[in-house]
Amino acid sequence: MTLLTSVFLQIVQMLVVLALAPGLTGFVRWVKARLLARRGPSILQPYRDILRLLKKEAVLAHNASWLFRTTPYIMFTAIWLAAGLIPTFSTQLALAPTADLIALIALLGSARFFLALAGMDVGTSFGGIGSSREMMIAALAEPAMLMVVFSVAILVRSTSLAEIADFMMSGAVGLRISLALALISLVMVAIAENARIPVDNPATHLELTMVHEAMVLEYSGRHLALIEGASMLKLLLYAALIGCVFAPWGMAGPGADSAAVIRGLATFVLKLGVAGVLLAVFETSIAKMRVFRVGEFLGGALLLSLLGAIFLYVSRGV
Amino acid sequence: MHDLGYDAAHLLGAVVLLMSFALLYQRRLFALLHVFTAQALALSAAAAWQGYIQHAPHLYVTALLTLGLKAIVMPVALHRIVVKLNIHRTIEPALSVGLTMLAGVSLVTLSILLVMPVTESASALTREDLALSLSVVLLGLLMMITRRNAVSQVVGFMSIENGLILAAVGVAGMPLIVEMSIAFSVMVAFIVFGIFLFHIRERFDTLDMQKIESFRGESH
Repeated sequence: MTLLTSVFLQIVQMLVVLALAPGLTGFVRWVKARLLARRGPSILQPYRDILRLLKKEAVLAHNASWLFRTTPYIMFTAIWLAAGLIPTFSTQLALAPTADLIALIALLGSARFFLALAGMDVGTSFGGIGSSREMMIAALAEPAMLMVVFSVAILVRSTSLAEIADFMMSGAVGLRISLALALISLVMVAIAENARIPVDNPATHLELTMVHEAMVLEYSGRHLALIEGASMLKLLLYAALIGCVFAPWGMAGPGADSAAVIRGLATFVLKLGVAGVLLAVFETSIAKMRVFRVGEFLGGALLLSLLGAIFLYVSRGV
Repeated sequence: MHDLGYDAAHLLGAVVLLMSFALLYQRRLFALLHVFTAQALALSAAAAWQGYIQHAPHLYVTALLTLGLKAIVMPVALHRIVVKLNIHRTIEPALSVGLTMLAGVSLVTLSILLVMPVTESASALTREDLALSLSVVLLGLLMMITRRNAVSQVVGFMSIENGLILAAVGVAGMPLIVEMSIAFSVMVAFIVFGIFLFHIRERFDTLDMQKIESFRGESH
């Protein structure tokens, strides 16, 4: 695989994640509406929302600092870059050598750090509540995610995503307790990080229990468009990450021709569809939990991932 | 490099362990019973799978017993008892859920540390099976300690028994498994029955009209 093709694949990857992210969010909303026997908005609605927001004027509070204005750009860039790092349809990306799981967590962490700061910047009480809750969730979700990364890294002996995907595709590893526990833990973290239902409600705007929406309440216009886009990208990122580590089948491996790449793209869209349906079914069948139970939920995720790492040493062939 | 027999046995054992953790996490009595049913189903699948890979037909009997008694009869009976006696549906843990989960993971680590040196020469499957089932037993004990409600203590006791059966099923050539599982089931039935009677008595005590009247100060 020459440098040129890998650069080309990388550019395609960046564009594909950007183009598909609002579609995934719209798809989840549509499936949820159908499950509730409503017709639901079109899958294209998030695209229209973002275009509308981009055309609108951005209104800033008088006391908003430079931090408030730059945060949407920083956040969007960090998450877009992170989403671009994950091998979605091919493992031969130009950024593959840098696509490290720990770097990925760092990118997501810095995006969250700036958003929490921006939530407090204007000084409204809603923003402060949102930021403090977001940090509470992050303090528990990040260690859980790191433990998942460690379990996978011990098994594969690498933290590079491309190598992990290649290793999982090679079939050298069978069904494992550790991987099953890591998968459950990662799904729990993904639900918390994307502000989905048992932890936060993505559909409400005025509720005292909201987390993510409370932080971005002061944003408008293009800033809001960027933040909304970034959270849609984040949902796609987690779906792609789970797909890449636990179900990498169909991805174009080393030395693949263009037909394999196109097949990889098709299976990626299929995987996103499956993930979207599962998420919608899960969200419809469960009630939101109290904010103070989120600690138990994510503590459970942390303990499961810890258990996964422990079981690596009992299992065969480590 | 890997064979399906090992992988599936390993994963079914893990599901049983995971259900033990789910039991510790539950706060509602009915949800607890549902999780217990799921654990019994996983155990019965594990027993049947072991019977298949060990070519031991008597394990199918164990699987059927588990399926019939633990996954159908017991949950239904407990469900009816809870409804009939109008037991309070939320579980009051003596220890907070977070701390219980932490204690649970420590117990799993303990059982792994205990099993590893003893089974140095055994096959990976036996070693893992013993570690898993010892963890399930210890988690069941933890559940009995940390729950105040009698029904959830019974569920904890039955999950201990599930752990023992998981261990017995996984070791090739273990005699009297079927007899053992029948004996345990009878014992559990007696415990459930005992609690049923106990609750009836408790209810009659509190529903005694004379006592209620003496509370109100009407009878002298």
